[in-house]
Amino acid sequence: MDRSLHAGPTHRLGRTVRDPWGALFVGLCRGATAAVAVVLLWVFGEIARRGAPRVSWEFLTGTPTAGMTEGGIFPAVFGTLAVTSLMILIALPAGVFAAIYLVEYAGQGRMARLIRAGVANLAGVPSIVFGLFGVGFFVLFVGRNIDKVLGTGLLFGQPAILWATATLSCLVLPVVIVATEEALRAVPQSHREGAYALGATKWQVVSRVVLPQARGGILTGAILAISRGAGETAPILFTGCAYYLPRLPVTKLFGVIPMVNPFDQFMNLSYHIFIMATQSTNTVATQPIQYATTLVLLGLTFAMNLAAILLRSRFRRQVRQGR
Amino acid sequence: MPTAATPVLEIRALSFYYGKTRAIEDVSLQVAPHEVLALIGPSGCGKSTLIKAVNRICEVATEVRIEGDVLLNGESVYGKDVDVTALRRRVGMVFQKPNPFPKSIYDNVAFGLRLLGLGGREVNERVEASLRAAALWDEVKDRLTHSAMSLSGGQQQRLCIARALAVEPEVILMDEPCSALDPIATQKIEDLLEELRRRLTVVIVTHNMQQAARVSDRTALMWLGRMVEVDQTKKMFTAPTQKITEDYINGRFG
Repeated sequence: MDRSLHAGPTHRLGRTVRDPWGALFVGLCRGATAAVAVVLLWVFGEIARRGAPRVSWEFLTGTPTAGMTEGGIFPAVFGTLAVTSLMILIALPAGVFAAIYLVEYAGQGRMARLIRAGVANLAGVPSIVFGLFGVGFFVLFVGRNIDKVLGTGLLFGQPAILWATATLSCLVLPVVIVATEEALRAVPQSHREGAYALGATKWQVVSRVVLPQARGGILTGAILAISRGAGETAPILFTGCAYYLPRLPVTKLFGVIPMVNPFDQFMNLSYHIFIMATQSTNTVATQPIQYATTLVLLGLTFAMNLAAILLRSRFRRQVRQGR
Repeated sequence: MPTAATPVLEIRALSFYYGKTRAIEDVSLQVAPHEVLALIGPSGCGKSTLIKAVNRICEVATEVRIEGDVLLNGESVYGKDVDVTALRRRVGMVFQKPNPFPKSIYDNVAFGLRLLGLGGREVNERVEASLRAAALWDEVKDRLTHSAMSLSGGQQQRLCIARALAVEPEVILMDEPCSALDPIATQKIEDLLEELRRRLTVVIVTHNMQQAARVSDRTALMWLGRMVEVDQTKKMFTAPTQKITEDYINGRFG
């Protein structure tokens, strides 16, 4: 064997190569991550520390008393849950159908591109603008005109759960649409072609191949929408939420089936925090309640997200395992 | 062997445009029943486009324009009243990269049958028959409910063949079906072609000269979107009439 070609190792293994710029970059990344973690922990820690002592079963199930300096927050918990659930019930199907149309059917025409750009821009509109749009369009225009046509006096043309839900749905619609669009685009074109080659119609390709694979991504959109919608104050400010409404906004359908009354107003956790912090007669006295309410709102949002996250991981497992 | 009988597939003076780019120019080709025809030629010569024009899968994702005609058993596939879903059931396709759906092995093969609204025992029987016909049954019969993604690349490709066979096509188009597979998996698919030709007609695009020589009755060479030469495979590989064919087969270009 000719050894001249292999005269021995020129470099030792195990010696660290000096790379100061690389080390600096990694250091920056670590620092940024640490900063985020510290801020997050501090915010959560502070809210938990100050809020937790005030949270009790009575607090969660009671109504505000003594000028809202005492008592519980159940009407606000109920209102937040009701409005957020109704919101996602409207926004999810509407957003998913819109995204399916945009991705699978609309093509690349000028109109379709315009709508896509519009949706993306809608996601960046400040929420107070949605609030003003809600009161102007839904309450005053749509509601008042329904009243005029049906002769229902002042039933539709006033702030109510119905319009607050509609306004919140508009706010989170672009979130659902964008997330769903991405989920649909992530399905490989080869799977679509495979289905077409077996004689599938467009709708069969979408419903049997594309949607089952996109379910996880669509749920991500739902999670983001819930997170965004549950904590918003501005869109519901003028469209349905109440300063103080100790009874629950419920009615009985046909006098029997209990349901949320869409024509009633409602209390809401984030709005409750806002008024206690700024509008209360004694903001210092309400501070513990503010922290506790914030803690409950965070917990509620997290619980709703958790449900969606669990569902999503089940879908992902199904796609992976091919069920 | 090709006969004077009615061709199952006839391509007549076909030109094909993606937007303004012409991919195929004036190509004619006849394929006899139970024939295996290999389509060879350098990358980008229009082989894939040609077979994608046969089952009209080319129309799915892009704007295309077609001149000329394609006849299936004498009937134009570009006719006004043609139902493309019916066409694609009669002309199956196997793609370059195995593309099983992320569903169970069973559900993959049953997919086309369920599109027809079939169910129950009939689907069971045809799934088994198709998996047997694709020489995959013995390997998967105990794990039909497992994900198709758990199969090896070669098994996935045979699953895709089984999936195509399930709807009982008359012609099957294969677009470089072995290009992503190892030699043993390739061998299995080539053996399979020998069986398949008994029940249907095969058009196979390939980059592999040996494969074309091994599996096909006739070979067609395309070059820059045109048909250069079509002949008995044996004759094509031993005594081609065109200079281009000789050069290509001997690896002097492409």
